[in-house]
Amino acid sequence: MVSIKQDIRIGFYVCHCGHNIASMVDCPEVASYVEKLPGVVLSRDYKYMCSDPGQELIQKDIKEFDLNRVVVASCSPLLHEHTFRTAVAAGGLNPFFFHMVNIREHDSWVHTDRKEATAKAKALARAAIRRVAHHKALEVKQVPVNPDVLVVGGGIAGIHAALTLANAGKKVYLVEREPSIGGHMAKFDKTFPTLDCAACILTPKMSSVGAHENITLWSYSEVVKMDGYVGNYTVMVKRKARFINEDLCTGCQECVANCIYKEPKFTDEFNEGLGKRKPVYIPFPQATPQVVLIDPDVCLNFKRGVLTDKCKKTCVEACGDRKAIDFKQKEQFTEIKVGTIIVATGFQTFDAKRVLPYGYGVYPNVYTAMEVERLVNASGPTSGEVILRDGRQPKAIGIIHCVGSRDKKTNRWCSRVCCMYSMKLAHLLKEHTGAEIYNFYIDIRAPGKGYEEFYDKLNEEGVHFVRGRVGEVTDWGMTPEEEGKLVIRVEDTLAGFVRRIPVDMVVLATGLEPQADAQDVRRLFNMSCGTEGFFLERHPKLAPVNTFTDGIFIAGCCQGPRDIPDTVAQAGAAAAEAMVLIDKGHVEQEPNTAYVLPDCCGCKSCLPLCPYTAITFDEATKKAVINEALCKGCGTCVSSCPSGSIAQNLFEDEEVFSEIEGVLAD
Amino acid sequence: MKYSYFPGCSLKGLGRAYEESLLPVMKHLGVELQELDDWNCCGATAYMAVDEVKACVLAARNLALAEKSGLNQVMAPCAACYLVLNKAKHYFHDYPAMKATMDRALNAVGLHYSGDTPVRHPLDILLNDVGLEAIKQKVEKPLKGLKVATYYGCQIVRPYATFDDQYNPTTMDRLMEALGATLVHYPLKTKCCGGSLTGTLPEAGIRLVYILLNEAKKRGADCIATVCPLCQFNLDGYHSQLKAQYGDVLVPTVYFTQLMGLAFGLSDKELGLNRAAVPFKWRPPLPAAATPVPA
Amino acid sequence: MVKSMTTPPATKKATVPTRSSDRPNVQRPGEESVPIMKMRPTIKYEADRVRGFGREIMSVPGCEQLQSCIQCGTCSGVCPLSIYMDHTPRQVMALTRADFKNEVLRSRTIWLCASCYACTVECPQEIRITDIMYELKQRAILEGIFPKRFPIPILAYDFSEMVKKNGRITEMILVIKLFMKTSWLAALGNWRLGIDLIKTGRFSLVTEKIKHHGDIARMMDAVDDQKGS
Repeated sequence: MVSIKQDIRIGFYVCHCGHNIASMVDCPEVASYVEKLPGVVLSRDYKYMCSDPGQELIQKDIKEFDLNRVVVASCSPLLHEHTFRTAVAAGGLNPFFFHMVNIREHDSWVHTDRKEATAKAKALARAAIRRVAHHKALEVKQVPVNPDVLVVGGGIAGIHAALTLANAGKKVYLVEREPSIGGHMAKFDKTFPTLDCAACILTPKMSSVGAHENITLWSYSEVVKMDGYVGNYTVMVKRKARFINEDLCTGCQECVANCIYKEPKFTDEFNEGLGKRKPVYIPFPQATPQVVLIDPDVCLNFKRGVLTDKCKKTCVEACGDRKAIDFKQKEQFTEIKVGTIIVATGFQTFDAKRVLPYGYGVYPNVYTAMEVERLVNASGPTSGEVILRDGRQPKAIGIIHCVGSRDKKTNRWCSRVCCMYSMKLAHLLKEHTGAEIYNFYIDIRAPGKGYEEFYDKLNEEGVHFVRGRVGEVTDWGMTPEEEGKLVIRVEDTLAGFVRRIPVDMVVLATGLEPQADAQDVRRLFNMSCGTEGFFLERHPKLAPVNTFTDGIFIAGCCQGPRDIPDTVAQAGAAAAEAMVLIDKGHVEQEPNTAYVLPDCCGCKSCLPLCPYTAITFDEATKKAVINEALCKGCGTCVSSCPSGSIAQNLFEDEEVFSEIEGVLAD
Repeated sequence: MKYSYFPGCSLKGLGRAYEESLLPVMKHLGVELQELDDWNCCGATAYMAVDEVKACVLAARNLALAEKSGLNQVMAPCAACYLVLNKAKHYFHDYPAMKATMDRALNAVGLHYSGDTPVRHPLDILLNDVGLEAIKQKVEKPLKGLKVATYYGCQIVRPYATFDDQYNPTTMDRLMEALGATLVHYPLKTKCCGGSLTGTLPEAGIRLVYILLNEAKKRGADCIATVCPLCQFNLDGYHSQLKAQYGDVLVPTVYFTQLMGLAFGLSDKELGLNRAAVPFKWRPPLPAAATPVPA
Repeated sequence: MVKSMTTPPATKKATVPTRSSDRPNVQRPGEESVPIMKMRPTIKYEADRVRGFGREIMSVPGCEQLQSCIQCGTCSGVCPLSIYMDHTPRQVMALTRADFKNEVLRSRTIWLCASCYACTVECPQEIRITDIMYELKQRAILEGIFPKRFPIPILAYDFSEMVKKNGRITEMILVIKLFMKTSWLAALGNWRLGIDLIKTGRFSLVTEKIKHHGDIARMMDAVDDQKGS
């Protein structure tokens, strides 16, 4: 028999969790087993410990039986540790005289043998009983929260989150990598299913961001470093050189008109390469901020990005007294302090060249959906006229769904928006050209409000829907009508035979995937990624905008493909979550911090290991010192200290070892 | 450079022109080939349909013999052999039950296969071991002006893309360019020739041959270069039927090794060029207007 | 007529007994549709399934992925021979998974597969469709489910026998045997090809044989012993 300190009086509770636990674990048997363990004063089983009566039972027992330790065997501490600690505190005990055992996720849900599962529950309970005897009274520390927020990414998610916070009176830094905010949405022509003009609904929000007194907008900038912890983050932002003084530029674009290049001749990124721009340019008419930039790779005043000063600089002349052009501008680094961060870095579209059988990059009349968005857009490179790369107008168009989605060879997930945007493009192309339009799909996914109705509308408009994933797009014809056309070969799976359909234009509905640098961003903000590379939310249902790092939230497509309404909703939710911390004003820190024992020999080996730089060296005492506010309780220093002179609250040696002994004992 | 050489049944039969051109070309490049002693049928496509396990066992015997020969690598020029030997190797590594069967069968005849021997295609060896530079140096009569449609067929790139891209293989393209030939954009380069269906279900099989030839002709190819004896046979042998059924699509089909031989200055006869039903005659320098005249 | 020469009778005989679902998929120009309307129910009852057939196929090495088929039709879309099939490759996948053994093994699809592996490399679910077709062909041969004088299984069978006996294939002998067993007329249709082969010195009836031809039989026996045990 193991000796337990004389004054220890433990109350044990095993929860049935309805059938979740009771169906696989014999709860009454566990309770009667634990009752006989040393130090246990009372042991009960109860249907729902988390219910109000369950919590009241703990409080009542503490008083009635003079308990000074409590153990609950139920679900995951992630869900209810806080509930039970609160109940224990209400009963008059220090909340850390409590320990929780997970016999649901760790036991009943993962086993199929009732006898074995019951034995395991007993072992886990026994371990907790031994451990809790060594628990000490601890205090929760409070740390103030910096009320300023950083929003990373200026797409619709970042814009909405920033505006929500700013309208609530919070100071927001919005950092965007591109020269203008707006993201992918700024490139869209219309939005499904209502066919609102994307620019009409987005640009008012963009200009609000630009004008808002509470928002500091840094476009053409990137976050390069983040330190600190929830409520107190320090962030380094790189502001790339755009060779224009943002404060002096009025957006008049005289410089663009007077550039030494009379005609635009360089690939226009905003128009997906379908249009041209000059070396000095503004990405699109409604760009925010309304500030031009100079591309040093093509500007005559540079050679391969290095300043040569050999151009006549007609732009500088045109700028005149405004003196906004600064060829000597260098990238700058600015440090800011914020309490919370919303990551809304978005997605990239799948590179259609990766699906070779569809001929993107081989056949000029094969387009990506983003290209078509620009092609049908009134402010696009053709002013909204659908003219193919060979100058013809298409009479038949095939739209291929699921390019780079639902495909184990590329991306296996469903990108969620392609069915709908394909239908939107089908509608717009039909409207613009009157062409025969075919949609090739595997399954139509139209689960949003008004989406199915939109599908109906398309059917009524006479757009063809062929259920089948396209085998290939080729340029070889077998019949006279196929000559000179692109031929789509596909099984019409609902009809049950193979068809060859000649078209003039093929549109590839490319899927959404994580940004190319998503892994770098993940490391930067200490987040996790799912296997596919999208940022991982803390809980798929109940904490969809939280990450595993407190104070860092995610919104929009960086978490997974979604449409605009969902993105906006999530951005609002992320803003609200940030405000929870800001308005509360402080965060409570789990007192699982490490502390240095007197026998520290001052070897300093722990100093470089701490990921939170919480350890410093006290030259006076020649010992390591741990800053409790910075320590996150990771335990790295504890396990690495060569002399065993660092201990950690809630993970003291005797707590851990007695728990291990408890599991292994019979 | 020395390799074990697995010719396969076709290169001794209908596809003998492949062997006849392959051997002198390799010799010319200083590649030594040692024919696998007492090799047997690879276990080809037709056998796979009867018993996949036995087909793999047949292939395993050849792999075991190759290992026994002491030459580390085996060269299989026939596309079907190349695939089946590789497939048996994959199965040997992927499925323990299959490995056990192969071990047992080989044991019955006193052989052993460890699973190592790389199976390589001549194109792989030419491009990656010999190298295009070395090949270019041997070119005496560049194929200047010759418009070639490179046709890889199925089985050297599917399902195992080993040395080339599955969708758009380019090894033969690069080789042809090194010989001085002009490439014709030929999107059907990995399409199926119909295999043995030309004989068993001619209606279906010959149609595929027609598509391949018609497209090569439309795109102005002087010849189609192949890597597979069955492809060569199909594309070369059915022209009278094709003519009756679809119209004339006469384009000669030659082995890539025959073109290499021509560029190296070897004679038609040495390269088995007399073995084709549709003769291919080409002499540098070729006047721009002249195209090969079908007999 | 020329046409009858290029479409040998062997093919016509080869068609599998007609069923409602056997209607030719493509009506070529000039072809008349058949005016006779024979009533025949197309419904399938649970009793028509051979329960466990799908599972059995999916347990064969290489065929496991069939369970994740999403019926997208990519296989049929890339298959060069799908235009002649009674059931498209996708349908064969569905029928196999749903245990419709008789429908699958009687389908001419499995015989039309030329093993070009296009479906296998294109399948978004990485199903090795060609290998499944091989497995289905083996089952059909094993159960003798194919029309009399149907050349493809006969060729496959003769091929395997010749390998077992000689260790190698002599192509011309194999082809001549095939024509004898299926159709002389088909051989006549190919007279021109035969002449070409003789003229180009490729027509050889010398049997190719390996030295240790007993080896092959011993290895096959070893495989059979193991199957039996």
